[in-house]
Amino acid sequence: MGGFRAQLRIDGKDVGMTQRPEDYEDIPGTWVFDAQRARIGYRLNEFLYSLMKAENRKEFLADEGTYTLKFGMTDEQRDAVLHRDWNKLLELGGVSYALAKLAFTDGKSYQFMASQMTGMEEKDYVAMMLAGGRSPDGWRSKSERKGKD
Amino acid sequence: MAKIIAGVGTSHTPAIGAAVDNGKAGEPYWVPLFKGYEPAKKWMAETKPDVVIMVYNDHVNAFDFKIIPTFGLGCAEEFKIADEGWGARPVPVVMGYPELASHMIQSLVLDEFDMTIVNEMQVDHGLTTPMTLLFGQPKAWPCRVIPLAVNVIQYPAPTGHRCYMLGKAIRKAVEGWHEDLKVVIFGTGGMSHQIQGPRAGLVNKEFDQSFLDGLSSDPERLVRISPLEYLRDAGAEAIELVMWLIMRGALGDNVKEVYRFYHVPASSTAVGTIILESRQ
Repeated sequence: MGGFRAQLRIDGKDVGMTQRPEDYEDIPGTWVFDAQRARIGYRLNEFLYSLMKAENRKEFLADEGTYTLKFGMTDEQRDAVLHRDWNKLLELGGVSYALAKLAFTDGKSYQFMASQMTGMEEKDYVAMMLAGGRSPDGWRSKSERKGKD
Repeated sequence: MAKIIAGVGTSHTPAIGAAVDNGKAGEPYWVPLFKGYEPAKKWMAETKPDVVIMVYNDHVNAFDFKIIPTFGLGCAEEFKIADEGWGARPVPVVMGYPELASHMIQSLVLDEFDMTIVNEMQVDHGLTTPMTLLFGQPKAWPCRVIPLAVNVIQYPAPTGHRCYMLGKAIRKAVEGWHEDLKVVIFGTGGMSHQIQGPRAGLVNKEFDQSFLDGLSSDPERLVRISPLEYLRDAGAEAIELVMWLIMRGALGDNVKEVYRFYHVPASSTAVGTIILESRQ
């Protein structure tokens, strides 16, 4: 898989606008929702989008197993939905804003879902945010992260 | 002629709108944020724009994944408020300006920006949170709004440079309109934040301050920030900041910063706002 580096010229100078998946895939703890992931997640995201309607939320909660069969998701995606395996859902092409609709359907907040993704208790996550948030130091590359988790 | 007289950069975190809707704005968690927006609200009340151009992004509400426009300009008479999964926000319907929006479409396409024409869409917190922050809770919004929805959800978002150039073309389009109108353009989203994966909660205050400085004094520096830098240094969702560069591009070269405020956190987000008056 090659990818390429786009050559954007501003005032006659090349400005590197990275296009290489290996660059952004090196960000730890992050699944960038790129075109390949969007392709893989299309049906999963259409399922999540269906939860915008109150009647669909009701039908889903009444029988999650049957409702999720309607969308043509892979078994792995369906399983991750049923287990609310948030990070797995990101990896399988779910986009965070669509995943939030599943959290809302459960009566949970976006903040709850984000804290679950970090493996923290929600109250600890809120405390981290109130203290200024997570510093980017140590979180810029997978090599920088090594041995810290 | 119509003229873009000023730009507002602001975060659009949904929790802010929810705090207002649910009467929680007076709680200690929220007081510093709303206090910080008071001068911006006052400025807006004194400025009284006729039209707002709202650069924002949809969050899988108006658009699912069947069609993903990079730049979608709302040309409808009105835009209803989306139910994002917890019921629609109790805010007034947004009245558009189809005559001016249609004129903008023609001007922008001939200036080589391939706009998507959106004749029907609902608007979500990306648009309504900034309205609430700057206009409060009126029974009807005091001006018309032309929504410009930018794809920042599926990578890659348009580059900062592309956004900046679009802003310049928007300025030209508005100045080609015959009515005398005061137009304020918003760039929304950001600032640093990540709301997915084990790295969620990331905030980079230095990046944000430097971005605010650049808007005021050196936007050419900001247009060189690559997508990777936004994602890596300021969080996966900080890429929304490219929308602030559309706003900045639409103000012309000379601006005067009249207000700035920065606060952490609102939910998972670093919140910033800046008001820049065009001096051209």
